[in-house]
Amino acid sequence: MSAGGTGENEPRDEARAGALAQAEGRVARALREMGQSSWLVSVLAVVLALIAGGVLILAANREVQATLGYFFARPVDFFAVSWQVLTDAYSALFRGAVFDWQAPSAVRTIRPITETMVYSVPLILSGLGIAIGFRSGMLNIGGQGQIILGASFAGFIGYWMQLPVGLHLLLALLGGALGGAIWGGIAGVLKARTGANEVIVTIMLNNIAIYLLAWLLQQRWFTQTDSNQPQSAAVAESAQLFGLLGPQFRLHAGFILAILATLAVWWLMERSTLGFEFRAIGENPEAARTAGISVVKATALVLIIAGALSGLGGAAHVLGTEHRLTGGIAGTLGFDAITVALLGRSRPLGTFLAGLLFGGLKAGGVLMQSQTGTPIDIVLVLQSVIVLLIAAPPLVRAIFFLPRPGGRPPASSRRARRQRSAAKKEVAA
Amino acid sequence: MSTTQTAVHAEPREEAAHGTRPIAWKFPVTYAALALLSLLVFALFSPAGARTRFQLSTGSDFIAIPVLDLPSRPATWTLGLVLAALAAFAIWRAVQRARTGVWLPVLFGTLFVLAFLVWAGADRNAVIPLVTVLTGALALSVPLIFGAMCGLVGERSGIINIAIEGQLLAGAFLAAVVASVFTSAYAGLFAAPVAGALVAVLLTFFAVKYQVNQIIIGVVLNVLVVGLTSFLFSTVLTQNAELWNARQQLPRLPIPVLSQIPVIGPVLFNQTILVYLMYVIVALLHVFVFKSRWGLRMRAVGEHPKAADTVGINVNRTRVVNTIMAGAIAGLGGAFFTIGQGLAFGKEMSAGQGFIALAAMILGRWNPVGALFAALLFGFSTSIGNVLATIGTPVPSEVLLMLPYIITIFAVAGFVGRVRPPAAEGVPYEK
Repeated sequence: MSAGGTGENEPRDEARAGALAQAEGRVARALREMGQSSWLVSVLAVVLALIAGGVLILAANREVQATLGYFFARPVDFFAVSWQVLTDAYSALFRGAVFDWQAPSAVRTIRPITETMVYSVPLILSGLGIAIGFRSGMLNIGGQGQIILGASFAGFIGYWMQLPVGLHLLLALLGGALGGAIWGGIAGVLKARTGANEVIVTIMLNNIAIYLLAWLLQQRWFTQTDSNQPQSAAVAESAQLFGLLGPQFRLHAGFILAILATLAVWWLMERSTLGFEFRAIGENPEAARTAGISVVKATALVLIIAGALSGLGGAAHVLGTEHRLTGGIAGTLGFDAITVALLGRSRPLGTFLAGLLFGGLKAGGVLMQSQTGTPIDIVLVLQSVIVLLIAAPPLVRAIFFLPRPGGRPPASSRRARRQRSAAKKEVAA
Repeated sequence: MSTTQTAVHAEPREEAAHGTRPIAWKFPVTYAALALLSLLVFALFSPAGARTRFQLSTGSDFIAIPVLDLPSRPATWTLGLVLAALAAFAIWRAVQRARTGVWLPVLFGTLFVLAFLVWAGADRNAVIPLVTVLTGALALSVPLIFGAMCGLVGERSGIINIAIEGQLLAGAFLAAVVASVFTSAYAGLFAAPVAGALVAVLLTFFAVKYQVNQIIIGVVLNVLVVGLTSFLFSTVLTQNAELWNARQQLPRLPIPVLSQIPVIGPVLFNQTILVYLMYVIVALLHVFVFKSRWGLRMRAVGEHPKAADTVGINVNRTRVVNTIMAGAIAGLGGAFFTIGQGLAFGKEMSAGQGFIALAAMILGRWNPVGALFAALLFGFSTSIGNVLATIGTPVPSEVLLMLPYIITIFAVAGFVGRVRPPAAEGVPYEK
C-alpha cells in the first residue's frame, strides 16, 4: 500500500525538483547542494557540540556564576566574563591539539599536533575494525576487549622475548593482531554458528578481558617483574614502535601503521571480493546467501578481521605509547573507537579523520585541563553530542533550517508528512 | 490462517505419536561433569582432618546460631556423592525423555556451591561469613535487578536499551545531589527516577522520532552521561561538596518478626525502602507483564507492531511511554549506589553494572522472575569472589568474577535452552 503511494508520488516530485533547479540561480543551487551534503552536517554537528559544551563550561564556572548574581544590574560583566572563559577554554583546547603559539620553544609549539597523532593511532586502528563491522551489518561493541587482548599479546611478546630489532617488532604486532582476532573471532564464530547476538557476546567478552588482564598482571610469569604493582615489565627496545621525529616527540611509527591500515581497509572494502561479500551480508544476508556467498564464513571473518584491527590498535598503544601493561591500559579506547567509526560514517577516510579529530580533542583536553581547570570530561560530552547529532541528520538540518536532501524544496517535515499521508489515503480510497 | 494454526498444533502431536523427540543430553551431561568436578577436585583435594567453618548469624541477631564447624573431607565427599546421584537421576530421566522439575537445577546448584565453599574454606584460619556473603550478594544485585527490569520493559515493547548503564549513573548522580541539597535521602529517592527517565526520553527521541539505530544511541548516551556527570562532579560538586555532594543514607527499616528469621531475615528484611520497592516492582511486573492489558499491549508492540497497530494500539506511543517508565525504574536502581549505601557520588560509579543488568535480562529470558534470579546469581558470584579474595582461596577471585559473563555467553549461544528476544526489538515502526 505504502509502496504504491510513494511510487505514484515520485514522478511528480522529480518533475517539480527539475523545474525548481532550473528556476534557481546557480549560486543558490550551489548553496543548496552544499546544505544537503553530509559533510556540512558533520561540521555543523561539531559546531553544535562546541556550543553545548560551552554552555556547560559557563554553567560550571564560578566567575560566570558570580556575574549572574547581578546580571540585571550589569549584564555587560556577564557577557565579558563568559567570553573570556570560553575563549580561554577553547583556545587551550586548540593549542593543545594543533599548534601552541604561546609555547616557549619551537619544539613545544609544534608538539601538540604530534600529540594529536599519537592519541589518534589506537582510535583509528580500532575505529577501522568497528567500521568494517558496521558496514557488514554487525555491531561490534567489543573493541575494548579486543584492544586489551591485543595489547596483552603484543606487550608480552615485547618484553618476554629477545629477538633482532625488525623481527621482534613485527612479531609483537602480529601477536597483537592475533590476540584481537581471537577475541573478535569468538563472537564471530558464535554468531555465525549459533546466531548468538554479537552485541551481547562482545560486551561480555569486554568484561572477561578486563578480569583476564587483572589476573595475568598478578602472575609473575606474565609480568616478568618482581614488583608487587599490577603492571608488567617494560617492552624491550627492539619491540618498540620507533619514534618518527626524535626524542622530544612521542610520535611513533604507529601513525604510519594507521595510515597503512586505512589504505588496506579501503582496498578490502571497496576493491576486494571479500569486502564485497562483507558489504553484501551487511545489506541483505538473504540475497547474499542466494548469490552464493557463504554467510557463515563471511560473518566469522568480519569479526575476526575487525578484532585483528582493534588488537593492532592495542598493540600500537602499548608498543608505541605506553611501553608497559597496566590494568587500565585500554582506558575507554574501545568505546571511543565506536564513536570514531560512527563519526567517520564507517568509511576508511572518514574514520581516519574522525580518529584525528577525537585524538585532537583528547590532546587538547589535557592542556585545557591543566591551563584553565576545565575538566577533560567535557571532551566526552563533545564526542557524544557530535555522534548523536551525526546519527540524526534531519535534526541538524531542522536546527539550522537547511533543505532536505534529495532535491526536494525545503518543506517543513510536518507538511511533507501530511502530503505523504494524504497520498496514501488517496491510494487506499 | 487456519493452515498455520493446524501446522502449529500438528508438530507436537506428531512427536508424541512417533516418540522421536531426541534425548536432551545437554543438562544431564553438564550435571555429570559438575558432579565429577566436585568429586575429583573438591573431595579428593580436601586436606585430611581440615575443618571448614561457616558463620550463620551476625552479632545482633535475636536467635544466635553457633558457628557451623564441618570436617572438610567427609563433607565434600558426601556432597560430591549426592551430586553424582542427582546427575545419575537426571540422566535416567533424560533417557526416559521425561522432564525434571525446577527443583533439580536449584538443589544441584545449591549443593555444588556448598561443596565449593567447603573446599575453598578448608583449613583456612577464617570463618566463612555466610550472612555477609548473602547480604553482599543482595546489595550487589539491587542495581542489576532494577536495570534488568528496565531493559525488560523496554525490549518487550521493542526498544533495545543499551543505555541502562547511563540511566543507573544518572540516577545515582541526581539522587546524591538532590538528597544533599535537601539534606534528606528521601528527596533523592524521588529525583533518581527523573534522571533515568530523562535519559530514556533522549533514547526514544532519537530511536523513535529519527529512527537511529537503538544500540548506537544507547552506546553514545552512556558516554554522554559519563561525560556530563564526571564534568559536573569535577567542577560543581567538588567546588562545594558540603552543599552538592554530602553523604545521605536511606535508613534501614527492619520489618518486625520477619527480620528475626535466622540467616535470611537480616539479609532480606532488614533493608532500606529502596530494596522493598525492588521487591514490589519485580512482583508487579511479574503479574502485569503477562496478566494485564498493559502487558499484553506492550508484548504485542514488541512482537508484532503491525498487528498491534491494526487493532488500534498506538505503537510508537506505547513504546515511548513504556521505555520512559522503564528508564525511571533504572534511575531508581542507580539511587542504590549513592543514597542506598550512604555514599557520595563518584565518577563512573556504576562501573559497567548496566551491561551486566542487560546480561541478566537475557539470561532470564526477558522474564521478570528469570531476570531476578539471573541478577541474584551475578550478585552472588561477585560477592563470593569478594569474600574469598579476602580469605585467600585456591581459585583466583578473577575467575569467579568472570563466571557470570561466561555463563551469559553460553546462554546466548543457545546452550541454556532457547533464548529468543522479542521479535520486533530494535526495528523502528513506521506506518
